Amino acid sequence: MTPALAAVLQIGLLVLALAAVHVPFGDYMARVFSDSRHLRAERVIYRLGGIDAEADQRWPAYARAVLGFSFVSVLLLYAFLRLQDQLPLSLGLPAVGPDGAWNTAVSFVTNTNWQWYSGESVMGHLVQMSGLAVQNFVSAAVGIAVAIALVRGFARHRTDRLGNFWVDLVRGTVRILLPVAFLAAVLLLVGGAVQNFAGPQEVTTLGGATQSIVGGPIASQEAIKDLGTNGGGFFNANSSHPFENPTAWTNLLEIFLLLVIPFSLPRTFGRMVGDRRQGLTILGVMASIWLAAVAVITWAEMRGLGAVPQAAGGAMEGKETRFGEAASALFAASTTGTSTGSVNSFHDSFTALGGGVTLLNMMLGEVAPGGVGAGLYGMLVLAVLTVFLAGLMVGRTPQYLGKRIGRREITLVALYILTMPTLLLVGAAITAGTPALVDASVQDPGAHGLSEILYAYASATNNNGSAFAGFGAGTPYQNVALGLGMLLGRFVPIVLVLALAGSLARQQPVAVGAGTLPTHGPVFAGLLGFVVLVVAGLTFFPALALAPVAEALL
Amino acid sequence: MTVDLSSPPEATPHPEAVSSRPRTGAFEPRQLWRSLPDALRKLDPRHQVRYPVMFVVWVGSVATTVLAVLDPGVFSWSIALWLWATVLFANLAEAVAEGRGRAQAASLRRTRTETLARRLTADGTEESVPGTALAVGDLVVVEAGEVIPGDGDVVEGIASVDESPVTGESAPVIRESGGDRSAVTGGTKVLSDRVVVRITAKAGETFLDRMIGLVEGSARQKTPNEIALNLLLASLTLVFLLAVVTLQPFAVYSGQAQPLLVLVALLVCLIPTTIGALLSAIGIAGMDRLVQRNVMALSGRAVEAAGDVDVLLLDKTGTITLGNRQAVEVVPADGLTEEQVAEAAQLSSLADETPEGRSIVVLAKERYAMRNRFATDLPRATFVPFTAETRMSGVDLAQHEGTWEIRKGAASAVMRWVRDNDGHPSADVGPLVDAISASGGTPLVVAELRTGEPARALGVIHLKDVVKPGMRERFDELRQMGIRTVMITGDNPLTARAIAEEAGVDDVLAEATPEDKLALIRTEQAAGRLVAMTGDGTNDAPALAQADVGVAMNTGTSAAKEAGNMVDLDSNPTKLIEIVAIGKQLLITRGALTTFSISNDVAKYFAIIPAMFSGLYPQLDRLNVMGLSSPQSAVLSAVVFNALVIVALVPLALRGVRYRPAGAAAMLRRNLLVYGVGGLVAPFVGIKLIDLLVSLVPGL
Repeated sequence: MTPALAAVLQIGLLVLALAAVHVPFGDYMARVFSDSRHLRAERVIYRLGGIDAEADQRWPAYARAVLGFSFVSVLLLYAFLRLQDQLPLSLGLPAVGPDGAWNTAVSFVTNTNWQWYSGESVMGHLVQMSGLAVQNFVSAAVGIAVAIALVRGFARHRTDRLGNFWVDLVRGTVRILLPVAFLAAVLLLVGGAVQNFAGPQEVTTLGGATQSIVGGPIASQEAIKDLGTNGGGFFNANSSHPFENPTAWTNLLEIFLLLVIPFSLPRTFGRMVGDRRQGLTILGVMASIWLAAVAVITWAEMRGLGAVPQAAGGAMEGKETRFGEAASALFAASTTGTSTGSVNSFHDSFTALGGGVTLLNMMLGEVAPGGVGAGLYGMLVLAVLTVFLAGLMVGRTPQYLGKRIGRREITLVALYILTMPTLLLVGAAITAGTPALVDASVQDPGAHGLSEILYAYASATNNNGSAFAGFGAGTPYQNVALGLGMLLGRFVPIVLVLALAGSLARQQPVAVGAGTLPTHGPVFAGLLGFVVLVVAGLTFFPALALAPVAEALL
Repeated sequence: MTVDLSSPPEATPHPEAVSSRPRTGAFEPRQLWRSLPDALRKLDPRHQVRYPVMFVVWVGSVATTVLAVLDPGVFSWSIALWLWATVLFANLAEAVAEGRGRAQAASLRRTRTETLARRLTADGTEESVPGTALAVGDLVVVEAGEVIPGDGDVVEGIASVDESPVTGESAPVIRESGGDRSAVTGGTKVLSDRVVVRITAKAGETFLDRMIGLVEGSARQKTPNEIALNLLLASLTLVFLLAVVTLQPFAVYSGQAQPLLVLVALLVCLIPTTIGALLSAIGIAGMDRLVQRNVMALSGRAVEAAGDVDVLLLDKTGTITLGNRQAVEVVPADGLTEEQVAEAAQLSSLADETPEGRSIVVLAKERYAMRNRFATDLPRATFVPFTAETRMSGVDLAQHEGTWEIRKGAASAVMRWVRDNDGHPSADVGPLVDAISASGGTPLVVAELRTGEPARALGVIHLKDVVKPGMRERFDELRQMGIRTVMITGDNPLTARAIAEEAGVDDVLAEATPEDKLALIRTEQAAGRLVAMTGDGTNDAPALAQADVGVAMNTGTSAAKEAGNMVDLDSNPTKLIEIVAIGKQLLITRGALTTFSISNDVAKYFAIIPAMFSGLYPQLDRLNVMGLSSPQSAVLSAVVFNALVIVALVPLALRGVRYRPAGAAAMLRRNLLVYGVGGLVAPFVGIKLIDLLVSLVPGL
């Protein structure tokens, strides 16, 4: 089998699996969030937390609950990390410093999982399991909850109620993430991933040197790391480590886990608004952009574009021989397309074009298909923008799914669109413009160094979490600045999305007919895809021209 | 059929009337030149700051001018001048749009001269006060030759009024107390008789004042969608400001700081100047198109709502049908020919001046080739006029052997006449009458009585509401656009349905009372549909107020005019369809130019980014796909294109994009192709051509 055929078969298998699963899984999620009954386990949680599960929240209350929950989560995680040396199962590791703890706490609560440290040498088992892994679940559930609230904004009429955040959070965790993660962990175990509570073990390698190898509850971490598009690895090497990702088929399984919720949520959306074609259109745009990214990266890596890979006979630097170029490219496109940030290869070492696409993937705003929940609400916001631009061209004031896009709605959308680029460009510009910061963190000179800076800030502000390895992020300044980027890049858009949901839900729907802009079908999908690319392209092209574009054209 | 909105409005109800108001036709380049002084005046920053996009260009112009003074050169001065030109062209677009309205306003203002009013006091005497001193509720007397001092309702008397200053129609109209023709407009002139008018509007707030404000654009407020679009354009401007401001640190990092001049040029090229410059002109021109069709929109919101309309409520009479029943055929009773009946019908109608009567004469001539006869041709005839008691008319002809009496009229009345004269009408024409009634028509029975014979019914004339030609096609178009039409009529359901079917409307509200109308509007709105309607009577006022687009007829009462949000000076209810088209065209123009403006940016990047950085990274010159001759000429060409495209699109902004009624999906495809793809391609060609010229400039 030629490598090209293997690549195509691999992608084909993945697409088939996703196509088969997204329908029942999307429908299931729609039922979960529309169900009027509570499970017994959930009722216990509500009783313990003193939650009135029947209360229906207005958008400010929903937003307060999201922010309050996340604030407490950051505090708890920060305390955990600062007190690590006092806790059991710490493997003798010291407490984490203040700037590092802040960065990590924010990183895991915002579903970014940016890691300035090497997991195995800084975090003990207890912090990994009850600190980081818990956030892996709930930060993902927060994303889904916000997306569902926005969908309710479209689906509900003449109400100021968006649902109950606590119920959405608990259901997302209990009914969706936990069971699927459990199943995935078992599959990963079968595939050879490690699951134990062992400390570091000294082994003598074949070459006669001694090596310290850490075990741990890895398979269970790994499952939610991918399923919740978190990406924080147990090991620094992340999914390129054989304990996390042992074989080619666990690799494919992990990629499937990255994509399965983001690609199923459009179906959930279509179900909840009562028009499955709407969901299919959103799905089509997400899938097309993702496939295009996969194709370009795979092509660039397999061709080994650039002088050095050509000389070496392949672009294998930074890639595992177990996976090869195609499986690495597929993982890279999927992890940057989903705001996951786990890696099975190092994007810094990709060809200029391949690495540039991973950067662009994040700069698109993580919408193709994006992080769990975040991808859907990001894409819906862009759909609203598209409707506003194109809707006028059919001779009507813009409306989407029967809701008018007026002054208030477009203001919220405009602020949403502004937030990420502002954080990204200002953050990157400060670092690039300050020689001391460049010296402290940037490993490579010239265009590649600028790519590293842009990548770090794109990754943080889009809550992706993957790193362009060359960037030394562990300095106090970068820890604080990137932490701020993650925090604002997560919660400013969330508040705007919830406000948008509130203003949509309040409206009386407008009748949809032959005269209204059809928001399903290939024409609208093409337009939406174009808007996604143009919004990001126009914003970032000047910066990209000086970084990956200048590299790639060399 | 294509609704060509660039051609003059369709015939008014008084085709013989000659419009006296200046009209603005197609855009002429001369208008640009005439509006230059206004455009220069608009360079004032206090004016510019209202338009965020153009204000950024204004600031950029000031900055580049300072830079050019500090470091003079062909390049720096060229950039500065072309940025000023960009601002100026935007001002020109607005000034031209306003200028078109100003001519109309001037002619209106001439009629608003100070008039003296003859106010009636409580004891019935008259006092002379200035028109501006009138208060709402005052009663004034106006006699032939006098100008009506303010808006009001006629409460006493009847008069013919010259309304040409307002409507442009020179034919006088009748205004009388009571009924639906009582409203008079200040500034119009009474030509005959004497009326007492109750003033309904304060001085300064009259219809004429509002009209002047509207056509001048001074009273124009930004419409909701325009505000939203402005917000979006402002935030796009911010995004690009951010991209350009942060580019400098990246450039410094990369080893080549960029001159401020070039950064400003890049910023101006990227921000959506095209739509930013034309947005206000598009709005003014949209209003102007309504004014040209003699429609006054009393709120800008209504114009936008017109584009959104889902349901049109159309009155049957005058809108869908010609307004009068017409004879369409003659059905003979057993044993007679059509010609025999037609002749009798013609004779009986010669002196009948009602539209129905005239239509019978016309039918007889055209369908049955009867010689055209006049009442004066029959000296020995005695005409029996129609009365409300007999409900029939006819003629008595004196002949040698006695008299020949012919009668025509309502079936029941004529049939009684026949029976009274020993005839048996039911057996002859009863089934014919029933058949015509069932088809929605009105039967008129024709009968004769010859001396010595019993009376007999000859046959039935079929009178029918005639649907205006072309209506079915228009309704088909509306249906394609997703707009449902509902015919409103006082007719019984049977008749109503027959006409509805013939005209091709989607639905019908028969035996409609004003309450039914209001209820229908509320039901439609509750289902999320926007409703447009026309009305003239006072009892239409609640429905007009409830409708999203309520067009009041100028001939109507002032209550109706107050309740609606548009007034049609021609009082032509069919115009509602045109109003919808104008509303849509306004929105499409806005959307098309926004799309065009944003699509343009792609090419500008390909021009400017390689120019900025190919010194640093020579490989970036491969992005210079247009093969522009030098970095400086590339930047300047992009700036020049950016300025010229505004001028090039002024006619389109003023005229509106071509509008063809079609479904939303088809319209989207077409406009995307023209303005989206066109917007991507056009600047590549334009910038290249400009570069060919610019590269010839010495010193670049």
